[in-house]
Amino acid sequence: MIDPNDPERGRLRLHLDPLLLLGLLAASGIGLIVLYSAGQQSSQLLLAQGIRLGLGFVILLALAQTPPRYFRIWSPWIYLAGILLLLAVLVAGDISKGARRWLDLGVMRFQPSEIMKLAVPMMIAWFFANRPLPPKLWHLLSGAAITAVPFALIVVQPDLGTALVVGCAGAFALFLAGLSWTILLGLAGLLGAAIPLFWTFGMRDYQRQRVLTFLDPESDPLGAGYHIIQSKIAIGSGGIYGKGWLNGTQSHLDFLPEGSTDFIFAAFAEEFGLIGGCLLLVLYFFIIARGLYIAVCAPDTYSRLLAGTVTLIFFIYAFVNAGMVSGLLPVVGLPLPLFSYGGTSMVTIMAGFGMLMSIHSHHARRRS
Amino acid sequence: MNRTRRSLSRPRETAARRAWAFARAMTRRGLVLGLLLAATMGMVARATYLQLVDRERLQREGAGRYLRVVEVPTHRGMILDRHGEPLAVSSPVDSIWAHPGELGANRDQWPALAAALKTTVADLERRLAGRETRQFVYLRRHMVPDAAQRVLQLEIPGVYAQREYRRYYPDAEVTSHLLGFTNIDDIGQDGLEKAFDQELRGIPGRKRVIQDRLGRVVQDVESLRAPQPGRTLTLSIDRRLQYLAYRALKTAVEEHRASAGSAVIADVRTGEILAMVNQPAGNPNNRAELRGELLRNRAISDMYEPGSTLKPFPVVLALETGRWAPGTMVNTAPGWLKVGRHTVRDVHNYKSIDVTRVISKSSNVGTTKIALSMPAERLWKLYRDLGFGASSGLGLIGEQPGILRHHTRWGGEIGHANHSFGYGLSVNMVQLTQAWSVLAADGVRRPLTLLKRSEPLDPAEEQRVLSARATRQMRAMLEKAVTQEGTGIRATVPGYRVAGKTGTVRKIVDGRYTRNRYFALFAGMVPASDPRLVMVVIIDEPKGRSYYGGTVAAPVFGAAMGGAVRILNITPDDMPSMKIAGAATPAKTKP
Repeated sequence: MIDPNDPERGRLRLHLDPLLLLGLLAASGIGLIVLYSAGQQSSQLLLAQGIRLGLGFVILLALAQTPPRYFRIWSPWIYLAGILLLLAVLVAGDISKGARRWLDLGVMRFQPSEIMKLAVPMMIAWFFANRPLPPKLWHLLSGAAITAVPFALIVVQPDLGTALVVGCAGAFALFLAGLSWTILLGLAGLLGAAIPLFWTFGMRDYQRQRVLTFLDPESDPLGAGYHIIQSKIAIGSGGIYGKGWLNGTQSHLDFLPEGSTDFIFAAFAEEFGLIGGCLLLVLYFFIIARGLYIAVCAPDTYSRLLAGTVTLIFFIYAFVNAGMVSGLLPVVGLPLPLFSYGGTSMVTIMAGFGMLMSIHSHHARRRS
Repeated sequence: MNRTRRSLSRPRETAARRAWAFARAMTRRGLVLGLLLAATMGMVARATYLQLVDRERLQREGAGRYLRVVEVPTHRGMILDRHGEPLAVSSPVDSIWAHPGELGANRDQWPALAAALKTTVADLERRLAGRETRQFVYLRRHMVPDAAQRVLQLEIPGVYAQREYRRYYPDAEVTSHLLGFTNIDDIGQDGLEKAFDQELRGIPGRKRVIQDRLGRVVQDVESLRAPQPGRTLTLSIDRRLQYLAYRALKTAVEEHRASAGSAVIADVRTGEILAMVNQPAGNPNNRAELRGELLRNRAISDMYEPGSTLKPFPVVLALETGRWAPGTMVNTAPGWLKVGRHTVRDVHNYKSIDVTRVISKSSNVGTTKIALSMPAERLWKLYRDLGFGASSGLGLIGEQPGILRHHTRWGGEIGHANHSFGYGLSVNMVQLTQAWSVLAADGVRRPLTLLKRSEPLDPAEEQRVLSARATRQMRAMLEKAVTQEGTGIRATVPGYRVAGKTGTVRKIVDGRYTRNRYFALFAGMVPASDPRLVMVVIIDEPKGRSYYGGTVAAPVFGAAMGGAVRILNITPDDMPSMKIAGAATPAKTKP
């Protein structure tokens, strides 16, 4: 893309953020190594994941070359298109595993809800970019509505995991836009008060059972607690130094469920131990910190809100997954970004990082 | 556009308002950064807890999931004949079993499973019905390993295989009564399989292995105990003689439409039993034929009154006294003898005959007169020393030791008389073989055995029961019984001198002697000049026109022994008769 306002227009330049790219490459490289072991050394699996990563990086590079101005102009249209697609899914989507999430485009099937993970923060950022900050109450309510509509559409599919991420994206965008502390604390208090009420009146027995199982997985070792127990065993048996690459027993002997997808962190921690686990956490911390730094440096409200929200989505993915795998959070089915086998969320995350790099790179060039 | 409006509005903001906004933004950033830091530290703390503090417990639990101690099955010992020919062998098979809970979760794969098991889905349902909470249900026992492998290749969760061994009896019904059989868990249930179960049974080994979630062994870690296969049992049985005896007995039982029969062959010099056969017989490899009447080893489990086959014993006792000699005359006229209120009868009136002809003609009157010339106690002692009334010591399960009452309870002279010609006591065929082996071994009793003697019999185990001289005289008399003038001519073995005695015993049914149901017996030895083999035959209830020991049982002896002496390469001791036989059937004669 060519920015007409770019003072260095005409010169062929690559817009990138080397530090962030380094972090992403390191994480996805380690991810491939771990996947080779966790995926029972299947080169087919590795190749499929490599192709997805390649596609992700191509999208990342393409978006990084696009000046952030265009994101802002596209924002409402992308959001609108996303809503329409979600409605289309509701009417004519493909049903698989009891949920209507997919839209068959003939050549490929895709999940419109995935678009919303980026479209919602873009839309909120666009909405607040034109308005004075701190936002007025009705602005906030509009922002909430921007989040709530796709959230509701995704919940009815049903796809709670994605809905959660979309909801979080909206909430983060609102928070970064300047949701007042009073409202924030008020909402927190309301939530705190709602939980016991919800427990008593809003939940069915089996749902309560699930929460109890999360709190005490050993109470149902063969059923709902199975995943979490096996995962904790895998992590714990890694010890300080781990069992070494390709030597994990729990994952290789099939005891660890979903060892190459959602629970890949457990497979990693078993083979690389506490040291490997901490290094990985530091790597993710670095990526997120760099993302937040880019957000802080962003020149305008739109860029700042978008960069901050995208980074926080990545944060949610990484730490909710790690927390779930290590038994700190309930099992919600979020993959570990850049590690877990599977392509849907990878493209979204790479696209987000592409926009992040674009924001920083274009801004930095202009500054210099 | 936007930028223009913003840049216009900015100067209107007061410094205080800007400062407030900045402070608020800083707090907001601080919160986000704090959240990130807290999450990272939380995760590090959690990992430290799991991998450092709780590590041992989790490692132990992990090991508990993949480290298992499993049994290493081992096979049962073989049963061999005296020349190392296999009589019972164990071959590996696989049994397919299921964990019903795991299998129940994969119902869509049941049709494939049923097909591989060569059964129906309905049958699977029947097997698993009501057992959903169990951990172990057999789906099919004893599959050929290839077929079992095809089942496992379906990789259906909850379906497992277990190595087992199945017993196979190459000679089927020829050896079935003797060997017995094992149950489906390979534990001896009858016969030698049961009697020597402890020796035959292997001790399974134990090893620690790494298993995956489906229970498949991925890697052996260590052997905790090496498997010990069962010990091989080498029998005294000669498979060839066993077959000869089986064929001869079966022929006779079928020809005379008898209800049952038994035969035992023993080696005179060692006391080893070379053959033990029974009719009817079932194939132990076919579980449908494992029925009591087909499996009973009648040679040890059934008791009979031995009848005339016992007559040589009171007579040989008389010869030992010196008051009787083979040529001593006995008056048997008029063919019957009053003993107290009872009468002892002969078939014919033989008038005055010598002792030899008392035996060869099988005179009850003559035998009674000879026996009554001695105290009953002497006959009782002899019978006891021959082994009657006591277990034969073969170690087989289910032996009936027979009945030998103390002589004071024989019921006076008639009881004494009855005991002299084989009534009033009961014996099994192994005991009768033992008694006849004493006659054959010059009066020495060598305990019979079913196990091959690896070294010569310890002389301390030998027991002299009768004098060599008297037994030799008796053998000469018994040779006469297997001639035209005796009753056992059909027991002849061409080329060999045969000594033997027939017996035809009335069956006791409901405590009374019947008029038309008999046991036909023959006991004999070959070659008579220096006996090597002794054989006893009994045919139960021959239903043809002929029912005598001489016509029904003696041919079994002749047929079996005719083959046995050739197989064992026993030197002929009756060349003239062989020449005659050779002239009649030159093809059968060895050069």
